[in-house]
Amino acid sequence: MKTEDLKLDGNAIGGLLLELFGLELTAATSVCGSCGAQGYVGTLEVYVNAPGVVGRCRHCEAVMIRVVRAGNRTWLDLSGTRSLELAS
Amino acid sequence: MAGAAVLGRLTWLVTEVTGAVLETPRVRTLFLDAEGWLGHRAGQHVDVRLTAEDGYQAERSYSIASAPQDGLAITVERLDDGEVSPYLVDEARDGDRFEVRGPIGGYFVWDGTDDAPLLLVAGGSGVVPLMSMIRHRAAVGSSAPARLLYSSRTHEDVIYRAELDELKARNDGLVVFHTLTRSQPEGWTGYARRIDEEILREVAWPPADEPRVFVCGSTRFVDTAADGLVALGYAPESIRTERFGATG
Repeated sequence: MKTEDLKLDGNAIGGLLLELFGLELTAATSVCGSCGAQGYVGTLEVYVNAPGVVGRCRHCEAVMIRVVRAGNRTWLDLSGTRSLELAS
Repeated sequence: MAGAAVLGRLTWLVTEVTGAVLETPRVRTLFLDAEGWLGHRAGQHVDVRLTAEDGYQAERSYSIASAPQDGLAITVERLDDGEVSPYLVDEARDGDRFEVRGPIGGYFVWDGTDDAPLLLVAGGSGVVPLMSMIRHRAAVGSSAPARLLYSSRTHEDVIYRAELDELKARNDGLVVFHTLTRSQPEGWTGYARRIDEEILREVAWPPADEPRVFVCGSTRFVDTAADGLVALGYAPESIRTERFGATG
């Protein structure tokens, strides 16, 4: 299987984000920290087959979100995300 | 996590199977009764969690097939080497219990509150969340004209075939275009190849009509459809997509 076939989108981690933040985030707008592209979290390129979950910018492919879970701990890296905007 | 418990939707809900329909030899719809379920929007999905006797847990996402008016039903395609789908398609029976979390998703949803044309493009079981939208459209009597372009391998693999025929026959603005990519029955008048720009040009609304666009299928299918629509002049951000993976 090619890596390309393993690419999902942000919808696929809606449940995980809901669990971590207690909020529906797929319709939130994120801004890429690398290229500044703005888009719905639901449109991120997501790979869940890595040792954790990786979400990349659809435009420049920079990593915007990383989630790794081990036992009862969760490690969340959002350093590649400049901002998240939630509609109320 | 006392705070989390207040938000009921965060938690896994014990769910009972209340009915099942075999849609195709490898696809089955399960009707579910989830304790504490708060309802859903057309296009959303749920996470399903199975727990083995030894405590091993497996989680997968499945699209909700039912209209919001009709309770919770998921349609699942069996992936033969999967951990969850073979149970849901072949084994689960009335009264069986497992856990679901959701509804999930706020991006790939259609609420049927405006009359903009609807363009739905489905590859295989990617039709499931789109069927929720089609059922919702019928349930609310929406006047939004809708076109479904639906790619299946063979005639036998077409999920919801009879219901789509029936909805189409109502002549209420829903038009269904099938393409069968692997084999076609005798006398087939639909498309007989993988979707391409030419099919999209024939089926899609002119971009100037500003349709709501939802595309769901495998990654490759979604990329082909989205690229084709962009080539026809659709703005990339106007195309809402959902890709599903190869783990079941």
